[in-house]
Amino acid sequence: MNHRELLERFLATDPADVGCETATALLHVYVELIETDKDAARRYPGVAAHLAACGPCDEDFKGLLEMIKAGF
Amino acid sequence: MISQASGAPALDPASAEWIGALTASGPDREAGLARLHELLIRVAAHELRRRETSSGVTGAELDDLAHQAAADAMLAILDKLDTFRGESRFTTWAYKFAILEVSSKLGRHFWRRHPTTVLASEDWERLPDRFGIDPGEHAERAEMVKAVRQAVEETLTDHQRDVFTAIVVNGVPLDAMVSLLGLNRNALYKAVFDARRKIRAFLVANGYLDEVRKGP
Repeated sequence: MNHRELLERFLATDPADVGCETATALLHVYVELIETDKDAARRYPGVAAHLAACGPCDEDFKGLLEMIKAGF
Repeated sequence: MISQASGAPALDPASAEWIGALTASGPDREAGLARLHELLIRVAAHELRRRETSSGVTGAELDDLAHQAAADAMLAILDKLDTFRGESRFTTWAYKFAILEVSSKLGRHFWRRHPTTVLASEDWERLPDRFGIDPGEHAERAEMVKAVRQAVEETLTDHQRDVFTAIVVNGVPLDAMVSLLGLNRNALYKAVFDARRKIRAFLVANGYLDEVRKGP
């Protein structure tokens, strides 16, 4: 991937992205769907799009997923 | 884009037990509160340890932040308890608050660990690193910095420019900016989102990028 393609990838925005507020409100539901191997991204495409683009929300998602996988 | 589940599902037995304890009175409620608090401390500490490398928070400082995050998560949970509708296990819902508080605490804590971070110092030369561009590609890096900088200066509002520069150019964590500016995460994310969209449109209009895609 050349430098313009890398920049293009960074600047690309997904209109389906629901933003932090909605993604956070649904995070517990989304995490459990992921955990049970259902197609969470198809059911909540806006959340999936957001987590792919927002580092802080994705970090929260990863933390919550790890927590329930670890059996807390 | 988002379809909320309609109607509240029945609570699973463990979640029902939690809600029963937390809405009870007397010793049962006290026991439930103590159990939840203990669990939230463990969750917050686990999450802080998971982020140890990026945050640099360890030892007694980590324990202190875990207790603070657990205490604030506890308040948030009790405040919103009547909004829990059983769409997930109670514990998954509750852990979310602990994790959000950890993010918030680390955002605030960033300024304690980096008090000399000057928001006005724009580190444009490092910008290509954030996009994964090879340090050896000097000409390409310089060309890209020039193009993006022009787009930032000519298309963004003052607020978008300040936020984009701090978070993307200078690498300040978004949650640290949330803490500094007293805004919520969504507002800052939206500012960066809009900035990315406007910069891209400028670069396409000026022939630097091709109009080839609508999303990732």
